[in-house]
Amino acid sequence: MSGQRAKKKFLYVNRKAPYGSIYALESLEVVLIGAAFEQEVSLAFLDDGVYQLMAGQDTAGVGMKNFSKTYKALGDYEVRKLYVETEALAERGLSLADLQEITWEDEEEDYAEKPSILLVDRAEMTRLIAAQDVVLSF
Amino acid sequence: MSTLHTVNKSPFDRPSLTSCLAHVAAGDAILLIEDGVVAARKGCAVEGALRGRAGDCAIYVLAPDLAARGMKAQDMIEGVTCVDYGGFVDLAASSARVVAWL
Repeated sequence: MSGQRAKKKFLYVNRKAPYGSIYALESLEVVLIGAAFEQEVSLAFLDDGVYQLMAGQDTAGVGMKNFSKTYKALGDYEVRKLYVETEALAERGLSLADLQEITWEDEEEDYAEKPSILLVDRAEMTRLIAAQDVVLSF
Repeated sequence: MSTLHTVNKSPFDRPSLTSCLAHVAAGDAILLIEDGVVAARKGCAVEGALRGRAGDCAIYVLAPDLAARGMKAQDMIEGVTCVDYGGFVDLAASSARVVAWL
């Protein structure tokens, strides 16, 4: 049944920092569940959402689950496009170098590791949103 | 087909509206709901930002949320259209996608 349905483009928009609210973790869980449905999935990180991808997160002191390593596993679920807005990074004094390295393996190129994080500016983010079938906000 | 953007937070609480206005495309619709409706009142600090988008986007407020907050349609910035729940449904149904700015 599902084989006869066309793939839809799903974009998960992440705009909240992790740990201060449940949005970031919930988004990640929905992405992982959604990955089972073989849709065309990508993630967008704008506003405080860019903090979700920070390298070196250590939650031992706050007693919360550090879910930041899960982003590295997304490639195994064929979630290979994490769009990060450059303006959101710049406004927060951040750059790509502050984010964890996230890659996916390209089976067609001898499992070459390719970067999942794609920097886009605000205008490109607008076009990205406009190109989706479904947008889920967190 | 265009996008319907909903904003449900006051612009004084968080930058949801600001971020929405920075990401809408020409021809999109913006619907202010819940605490988001306060942004459309004349004299509100974000009036200029909303007016700046009113030229190429349609801006709506959800009337029951407006009424609940003691505001009236005539208090809204010119060009903002009030809709009821049925209008909300029509906007969603006539858009290709809905983006919620939380």
